Amino acid sequence: MSGFGNAFSSSIGKKFIMGITGLFLILFLIVHCGINALIFINDGGLTFNVGAHFMATNWIIRAGEIVLFIGLLVHIFQALRLTLQNQKARPVKYAVNDGKANSKWYSRSMGLLGTLLLIFLVVHLKDFWVVSRFTGIPTVDANGHEDLYAVMKEKFQDPVRLAVYILAMFSLCYHLLHGFASAFQTMGWNHSKYNGMIKSVGVWYSIIISILFAAMPIAVYFGLIQ
Amino acid sequence: MSTGNMNLTLKVWRQKNNKTKGALVDYKLTDISPDMSFLEMFDVLNEQLINKGEEPVVFDHDCREGICGMCSMFINGRPHGPKDLVTTCQLHMRSFKDGDTIVVEPWRAAAFPVVKDLTVDRSAFDRIIAAGGFISVNTGNAQDANNLPIPKMQADAAFEAAACIGCGACVATCKNASAMLFVSAKISQLALLPQGQPERYRRVQSMVAQMDAEGFGNCTNTGACEAECPKGISLENIARMNRDFASAKFISEETV
Repeated sequence: MSGFGNAFSSSIGKKFIMGITGLFLILFLIVHCGINALIFINDGGLTFNVGAHFMATNWIIRAGEIVLFIGLLVHIFQALRLTLQNQKARPVKYAVNDGKANSKWYSRSMGLLGTLLLIFLVVHLKDFWVVSRFTGIPTVDANGHEDLYAVMKEKFQDPVRLAVYILAMFSLCYHLLHGFASAFQTMGWNHSKYNGMIKSVGVWYSIIISILFAAMPIAVYFGLIQ
Repeated sequence: MSTGNMNLTLKVWRQKNNKTKGALVDYKLTDISPDMSFLEMFDVLNEQLINKGEEPVVFDHDCREGICGMCSMFINGRPHGPKDLVTTCQLHMRSFKDGDTIVVEPWRAAAFPVVKDLTVDRSAFDRIIAAGGFISVNTGNAQDANNLPIPKMQADAAFEAAACIGCGACVATCKNASAMLFVSAKISQLALLPQGQPERYRRVQSMVAQMDAEGFGNCTNTGACEAECPKGISLENIARMNRDFASAKFISEETV
């Protein structure tokens, strides 16, 4: 065997890929959440539309978008592969298995939470990404930018959509609650001086990101912002 | 906790061999002393079965002192039963109540095929050790221990990893039947000491490759292994193994 050998096909290598893509998606969520939070400036979406316009037109961002989709797909397919392998590792199930005695439910349900997020993602991409990239945003704002904020306001009038988005943010929160610290552990970044910080940053990150995201459709639906 | 003697219902996994299908079979036990160990309770059951002319329940056990790693019962959904940091042999019937139903199953993993009833074949662990869980030294007199200064912290961490008795509770409880806690403990006990350095990066690659070949699952960091380990082996060992694996694959120039 030469060079990197089976670095990424071994069980640990596969987990490295999950960890790296997971952390990459965590970084993406900060950008996504940050730009969307511009709606809370409460200027009728003018600042938000500037941000959205930049994200849609800057070529570095557009190239990054391709990397993002690749990262997302790798995360999904690798998870699927690992899950199938893990199921094969225990062909006969226990009659009684007291999982709650030794681990958190969401750490054992990453596949379920991830699947819910994937379903949400299909809805979400259809709602906004397809509109802004392909079918086109129908109106422009006072600055002459495509009025993505108007699209947002229109979509979030639907209570069913509101419920779907809020539920999805619960899935996201629990997925991140396990995923954040888990990625560090997988990468071997475990250190007695930093473990506490990683754990608490992970918890705060998960909660803040999810609440901020959920606040957007809520604020629009209940007319809390212009 | 019970003080008087107890009547219990046992649901025990009975399976002739790894070719046949098994099933849970109910047994009623009366007048069980709370001072009995869990295995002694099984001895009582087996005496009764033998007297009735039935096959006794086959289960692994050896030292019955919590240090050999042979006993391996999955009791009411947890390896080694409801208590933390004890093996099945050190679990006592006072941890149960009169009238309890206790479900006892073997470790379940593709890499641990059932031999009979509650006994599984854990030789996959032996093959992982044989793949690299050792140090190669020439025989002869051991040198003076003071020639190899080892920081106290390192020595303690190595010793804690070396406490692993290889019982397989980590695999049994892991939702993915992953052997990462066992393998990482066996790697760490050597990786932390100077004697383990020459083969450090070769060892982690060989042992992980053997672990994968045996058909254990992949770690998802649920932490169930650490919580159930009768010897309190820490998840830090898994992180250390992952770190060593990355160093071996991406930094070390030596290839296996």
